[in-house]
Order: sequence, then C-alpha cells, then structure tokens
Amino acid sequence: MKISISGLHKAFDSRIRLGIVSILAVNEWIDFNSLKEYLDVTDGNLASHLKALEKEEFISVEKSFIGKKPNTKYSLTKAGRKAFVDHLIALEELIKTQK
Amino acid sequence: MKDEKDYNRDIAEIRSMMERSSKFMSLTGWAGIMAGVYALAGAFIAWKVFDFNPDQIQYTGSGSNSGFLNVFLLAGLVLVLAVGTAIFDSYLKSKKRGEKAWNAISRKLLTNISAPLLVGGILILILISNGLTGLVIPLTLIFYGLALYNAGNFTYSVVKTLGIVQMTLGLISCYFIEYELLIWAVGFGLVHIVYGIYMHYKYER
Repeated sequence: MKISISGLHKAFDSRIRLGIVSILAVNEWIDFNSLKEYLDVTDGNLASHLKALEKEEFISVEKSFIGKKPNTKYSLTKAGRKAFVDHLIALEELIKTQK
Repeated sequence: MKDEKDYNRDIAEIRSMMERSSKFMSLTGWAGIMAGVYALAGAFIAWKVFDFNPDQIQYTGSGSNSGFLNVFLLAGLVLVLAVGTAIFDSYLKSKKRGEKAWNAISRKLLTNISAPLLVGGILILILISNGLTGLVIPLTLIFYGLALYNAGNFTYSVVKTLGIVQMTLGLISCYFIEYELLIWAVGFGLVHIVYGIYMHYKYER
C-alpha cells in the first residue's frame, strides 16, 4: 500500500492530483478541458497526473468524439472516493494533533 | 514531512476546487440591483404612459390593441437590459477571479434555468393568443421563481430563497389579479434590489 505512516495517500501528495479528485468528488463527470481550466495546468502536465490516478484505479476514463474532436470524460471510482475520504480524515487528524 | 501550513493549504485547495467546479460564483449583487431598477422603471412606464393595469384574467386594456403591444415590447426591453447587465457583470467578475465565465458550471446553470423559462415563455405566448392576458404577469413571476429555485443548486444558495419569494408573489398575484402590476413591481423590482444589496454587502466587500 502506498500510504504513509500518517495515513495520507501518496497519490494525493501532488496538489494537482488532489485538485482533480476534489473536483470529481462533487461532479458526476468532467471533461479534460474543463479540468484544465479549473486547475490552470498544461495539457501534458494534466495528462500525466490523470494517468497516475488512472493507474491507481481512482478514476475511470470514457473516451468519445464530439464531431471530430476527441472528448474525454473522467469520473471518480468507488475506490477513488474512499481513498479521498480517508485522505480527508487523515488530514483532519493531522491538523487537530498539531494544534 | 509536511508542516501544518501545508495541510491547511491542501484543505484550502480541496475546498476551492469543490466550490469552483460545482457553483457559479460570478453572479454579482450589482446586476440584481440594476435588474430591479429596470423593472421598476418598466412597470412605472407601463402603468403611467401606456395605461396598463390588468384587473381581470381577460384583460383587454383601456382601448387600443397597440397599447398591449407597447407593453409587450417594453417588457422585452426590460428583460434584455437585465439579462445583458447580468451577463456583462458576470463576465467582468469571472475575469477578475481569473476564470472563464463560459465554463462547465455556467453551462450547467443555464441548461437548468432554460427549461422552466422556455416552458413558461411558450405558455405565456399561448395565453396571450387566447386573450388571457391577465395571467401573463403572475406566470412570469412563477416561472422565473422556478428557474431561480433550480439555479440555486448551482450558485449562491440565496438564489433559491429568491426563487421561493418570486413563486410566492406569483401565486398571490394570481389570486389578487387587480394588484398584479404592483406585485410584479415588488417581485422583479424591490425584491431584486434587496437581493442585490444583500449580495453586494455579503460577498463583494
């Protein structure tokens, strides 16, 4: 398991990956371009972070076309949602103990 | 090991992303105030200049048919001004926040308000063509209220309250037809101005 002693998931070390999962937690699905706008990152950067989350099976990908333009939609998997919630709880605990 | 500040920033990022991707935060109080002002001016002109004051369901106006057409055009002008101000203000506010006004969430917001507005608009046209002009004013309040109630899910939740107020006024004016122009002025005018001032003081200072 890629979980550190503190209970924080390694996948969420990056603030961009944390941002992606936060957005997906409150949206049924979201497309690549909207993600890019919210997070203000380059195509390549975003794609690599999405790949990492996909590899963890935290997000699922649905590829389709609108006309000739590729349209890729992302959504959170059950495992992804659980990991995110666990991460939030761990964050909360850490902040509490530090106070 | 990250320090506390870092964790707090993580939380801040999570909250900001959840909010920005699920709520349209670029509505402005100023647009609400202006919409109210246009509506009050419109209602006043309709009443004073065009002698428009429906008092029954089959209202024919005091005399000519052109009077009703004038009021119809006036209402259209008020609508265009109000919507135009709202779009322009939202565009400016989005720009200031470093976001695009036309994004996934504003598209969601618009699709959700368009259903009640479209149905209401068509129904009103049908009623006019059947001479039931006295019902037009209550129905604008009711369908506008429904649209706002929907919109509240995708923006500041106070918009939902605004919707409930407009629907209530709509129903009241349906019962007290003789006061409908006055009630319309309260709903689209006064209530918008109060809402706008509230938004302005709560979120823009």
